[in-house]
Amino acid sequence: MNAPEKFVAGTAAQPAVGQPRIHESARAHVAGAATYVDDVPEVKGTLHAAPILSKVARGRLLSVDPAEALAMEGVREVVLAADIPADPLFATFAHDEPIFARDTVEYAGQVVGVVVAETVMQARRAARRVKLEIEPLPAVLDVREAVKQQSFVLPPVTVRRGEPEQGLARAPHRLAGSLEVGGQEHFYLEGQVGYALPLEQDQWWIYSSTQHPAEVQHWVAHALGLDASAVRVDCRRMGGGFGGKETQAGHIAVWAALAARKTRRPVKLRLDRDDDFLVTGKRHPFAYDYEVGFDDEGRILGLKLVLAANCGWSADLSGPVADRAVFHVDNAYFLSDVEIVSYRCRTNVQSHTAFRGFGGPQGMIVTEAMLGDIARALGKDPLDVRKTNLYGIEDRNLTHYRMPVEDNILHPLIARLEQDAAYRRRRAEIAQWNAANPVLRRGLALTPVKFGISFTATFFNQAGALVHVYTDGSVQVNHGGTEMGQGLHTKVCQLVADELGVPFERVRISSTDTAKVPNASATAASSGTDLNGRAAQFAARQIRERLAGYVAEKQGCRPEQVIFAHGQVSGPEAVMSWEQLVDDAWRSRVQLWSDGFYRTPKIHYDKATLSGRPFYYFAYGAACTEVAIDTLTGENRVLKVDILHDVGHSINPALDIGQIEGGFIQGMGWLTTEQLVWTGQGELATHAPSTYKIPATGDVPGHFRIALWPEPNREDNVGGSKAVGEPPFMLAISVWEALRDAVAAARGDGRAKLDAPATAENVLKALRA
Amino acid sequence: MESRTIRFIRRGELVSLTNVAPERTLLEVLREDLSATGTKEGCGEGDCGACTVVLAEPHQGTLKYRAINACIRLAHSIDGMALWTVEDLAGADGSLHPAQEALVQSHGSQCGFCTPGFVMSLFGMYQNHVCRGEPVTRELAQEELSGNLCRCTGYRPILDAAQAMAGLPRVQQDEQAILRQLEELALRQEQSGAPGGSSYMAPRALPELLRLRAEHPRAQVVAGCTDVGLWVTKMHQQFAQVLDLTQVRELRQVEHYDHHIAIGAAVSLTEAFVALAEQRPQLKPFFDRFAGLPVRNAGTLGGNVANGSPIGDSMPLLIALGAHVVLLGVRGYREMPLEDFYTGYRQTVLAPDEVVGWIKVPRPVEGEFLRAYKISKRYDDDISAVCLVVAARLVGGVVTQVGIGAGGVAATPVRALQAEAVLRGQPWTADAAQAAAAALREEFRPISDMRASAAYRAEVLGNLMQRFWLETQGHERINLESFRLEEVALP
Repeated sequence: MNAPEKFVAGTAAQPAVGQPRIHESARAHVAGAATYVDDVPEVKGTLHAAPILSKVARGRLLSVDPAEALAMEGVREVVLAADIPADPLFATFAHDEPIFARDTVEYAGQVVGVVVAETVMQARRAARRVKLEIEPLPAVLDVREAVKQQSFVLPPVTVRRGEPEQGLARAPHRLAGSLEVGGQEHFYLEGQVGYALPLEQDQWWIYSSTQHPAEVQHWVAHALGLDASAVRVDCRRMGGGFGGKETQAGHIAVWAALAARKTRRPVKLRLDRDDDFLVTGKRHPFAYDYEVGFDDEGRILGLKLVLAANCGWSADLSGPVADRAVFHVDNAYFLSDVEIVSYRCRTNVQSHTAFRGFGGPQGMIVTEAMLGDIARALGKDPLDVRKTNLYGIEDRNLTHYRMPVEDNILHPLIARLEQDAAYRRRRAEIAQWNAANPVLRRGLALTPVKFGISFTATFFNQAGALVHVYTDGSVQVNHGGTEMGQGLHTKVCQLVADELGVPFERVRISSTDTAKVPNASATAASSGTDLNGRAAQFAARQIRERLAGYVAEKQGCRPEQVIFAHGQVSGPEAVMSWEQLVDDAWRSRVQLWSDGFYRTPKIHYDKATLSGRPFYYFAYGAACTEVAIDTLTGENRVLKVDILHDVGHSINPALDIGQIEGGFIQGMGWLTTEQLVWTGQGELATHAPSTYKIPATGDVPGHFRIALWPEPNREDNVGGSKAVGEPPFMLAISVWEALRDAVAAARGDGRAKLDAPATAENVLKALRA
Repeated sequence: MESRTIRFIRRGELVSLTNVAPERTLLEVLREDLSATGTKEGCGEGDCGACTVVLAEPHQGTLKYRAINACIRLAHSIDGMALWTVEDLAGADGSLHPAQEALVQSHGSQCGFCTPGFVMSLFGMYQNHVCRGEPVTRELAQEELSGNLCRCTGYRPILDAAQAMAGLPRVQQDEQAILRQLEELALRQEQSGAPGGSSYMAPRALPELLRLRAEHPRAQVVAGCTDVGLWVTKMHQQFAQVLDLTQVRELRQVEHYDHHIAIGAAVSLTEAFVALAEQRPQLKPFFDRFAGLPVRNAGTLGGNVANGSPIGDSMPLLIALGAHVVLLGVRGYREMPLEDFYTGYRQTVLAPDEVVGWIKVPRPVEGEFLRAYKISKRYDDDISAVCLVVAARLVGGVVTQVGIGAGGVAATPVRALQAEAVLRGQPWTADAAQAAAAALREEFRPISDMRASAAYRAEVLGNLMQRFWLETQGHERINLESFRLEEVALP
């Protein structure tokens, strides 16, 4: 039911929505009382599994010899491909991933099987003693080599609009270039974990740290040859997800379930952090080649762009990730005549997967880089060139995939940030400062974000929820979304509390459970609150409407005259407590629980012609960032950040600001310190926090100010809000552009060929190139 | 082999554990044996801080609190101490400790998985600073929390919480009661006699240590275990016997002499750095970048030296300062310049019956100009791609004495003998600095790895010498560290 967000007569002031409520689990978090999968008390007889990994990037798997491992203390079983009762491939969309490697291995880190033992350490020790005989074969490790060899996981996609060749030909200025942008490890603090418990009559209970319990359910049922209804997946919370527990969690759960099936015992599989790095996919690294033509003002007249996504060894979510990259090449800018060629390259590394932004960051960054270069080529301020290219309001407002940009707020938003951050004054001060300092250089950049909200797989844009009111008036809500720290459950409880007019504290959330709300979509694409919040609101609304009807009948009024607020229910004749009403209604046999269902309106998208309206709306924002670089070493530091971001009417400003800050810092990590390094043999050399460096406390800029844009979503979305999970990540492109600004200032020739991430070494290289 | 009982104080009560294998970690024992699952495993190598717990030991009549990483801490090593985990802070009525309440109020937890570790680091700060009436500044919070990673929040609310704790109603630990309990424990240990051939030996006196070392040459010698812990969690090593030297009272001190200080092998990095920074305050930022606080609190300077990693940061400094290492054994002692201690990649001259006893660091001399430079991908808590320490004695414009230590450029920590030779006795000029920079770039053949390429390492070595020159000439504003928080704040 796609009911509009009507202001129902009888709803009083909303006490929970719009307030900076504390995260529903915060008190449990700080007390160590919040339970994660590995903290669930173990059922007697539980065994532990550890994966057996290929050390070879590509080869023929000639034999697996588990004898030595099986003889070790505590070891119970070794589980291999031959132990899979049903389909030996994971139930992925592309259906191209063996559950356990069989005849070939496709990357160093591929799982060949698991060892099951009494303790975690026994299993891990033994897993390394399983002898794998692998005959190495030539591997493709470089994305450009993959393009050359036409090594693809999915066919290339081309999007064209206008006449890019003519646009380039008539442009008074042209630039051509290439760029490499690295991937990113999710580094959720809680590593991947699954716990599979065989129940009676071939039914299964799976605890999984997953963003997508329904997919885990589907995959486990598929691998074990069971009905989906025989598998129940439960996830109270994750210790971080960021996209890394969308498909990847399914692998862990299936491996644990196969081990449990073979041993007929509960089996837990908790990946060691190094194994987590080696086994699971990451953000897609991208390589780019482009040619862009522009006029004297820096306005882009023609663009030809090649995006090569390094997808790793299998398709996983690479199709939709690469699609979203194509959809976000424009970022906030009108590209009149453009051709984008997107390659989905197959290489012998981890299968890269969803990660906050889902290809969006990789699409936007190349255009932002071009605009920075265009400005420097013309001797203009990059902000002016960016403004020149912004989507218009009445014209120049159709995206290259033919969706009109109807809700553009970037013109006033950028103007306000430019003012608040004193961009022009600081630009001048920095230029002066740079002229006076021999070793350090500062840089400044202000970049916008326009990010499309909705799953591009249109059918995912649906959600369900259950709201239960118990006879004592307490409320339990359950929905298909998962909690990974983003505060989804808190927002849903706020929405339900206000819908029922009860205090926030009366509403509890229960763990996400495929036995409660079935067929739920992944909690991804920033859409958790939009979808599940609405579904829960509708469920609560039905209960309220039933109760209003009950009161109206008793008091002889219209249902709209019954007001639910502050734990009180008021009609023209009488006021009673919520608890009293609930008890009365129950005794009168009024249904006190309900379901709710929501599907996003307006969206449609034609995969064949790559056109339509894939997104319900856009979320906007902009960041102004100042950095300093050290020209002796390339070391760099982010000094000041001002952000103005659009979350519509915030359901919870504290949580939204948390997403903005956290997303920005994570994006900053992607573009500065987080470098993935594979050896020449295709082994990931950065496989632990000792070698892979996410931002730490010292990296937080001394000046870090966040403001929210004060306008509700122009589309009818829950509470007037906008999605916030992913969009702020891309505000960090301002860090990278500021670094390039500083590099260009140091060089004095306007050039800044800097690959990402901007490690000290890469910055020094850019200074010397 | 006989296993000794582990005894410690938690929540005011004595906890006794028997039959704990010597390589089991404190984290395993907490989560698996004590069902205390509030403490999390994030990385198993002391880099993320999700497993942070707080230990206390008696020190000059009060308790000394240390936040440490439980994941790489051998469980036996906390014998005789007091322990707090995240479950132990709330009041009996469920009221949260200020460290917890401040995090809640600041919206400092999102997914919550790193949160117990942050809570414990905050609790350590609370005991060590707030309870002593010292303010928690932004800088202190950043420094002391640099060993705790959070992937959700971007840290700002956590740093706010660190500063907000002091404003909440004070919560005191019952230190006198804990001290009494620890005294009783110590007495009990004395009475139970000297450790013999048990699987975990933690002698309390030097002669005992040396005897055990001679009698059990195959026992794994450990101090803070901040590297050996990884041999257990990552390389899956098991030890028949462990010899822990951190309880040896003679080695737990910093001794001050006329011309040098002697740092015992059981002195934590935190304490060793305090002693060194007292004499050379310019080293403080360098010390703050050495791992994270929980590692500095657990690890020892002696351990860093004995471990001999070519990317350990203390050795280039100690080499540049002309430090000596004293090796002890039942056969006697020997002393040598630190650079002579190393024979190859993680190889040293240490005999099977010897231990590292003291590090002797000369006091500063008149005219000493000292700088320690570290290049890494992340500013805090990272391993150096290149570490360069230059200590030059500049008298009348002449380099009368010079020590240059380097890390990350060879198989061992090294002394840059050629670059030193270029400078020694020469006038200190831009040309001399350039010559030294050139010599540095030529002197080593570093490798390319995930931290940096060989070419970058070589180039930066020379560039750092250039920075050293500029610093001796009074240039400020040539180092990113010169940007202080207040300077970047907008008006």
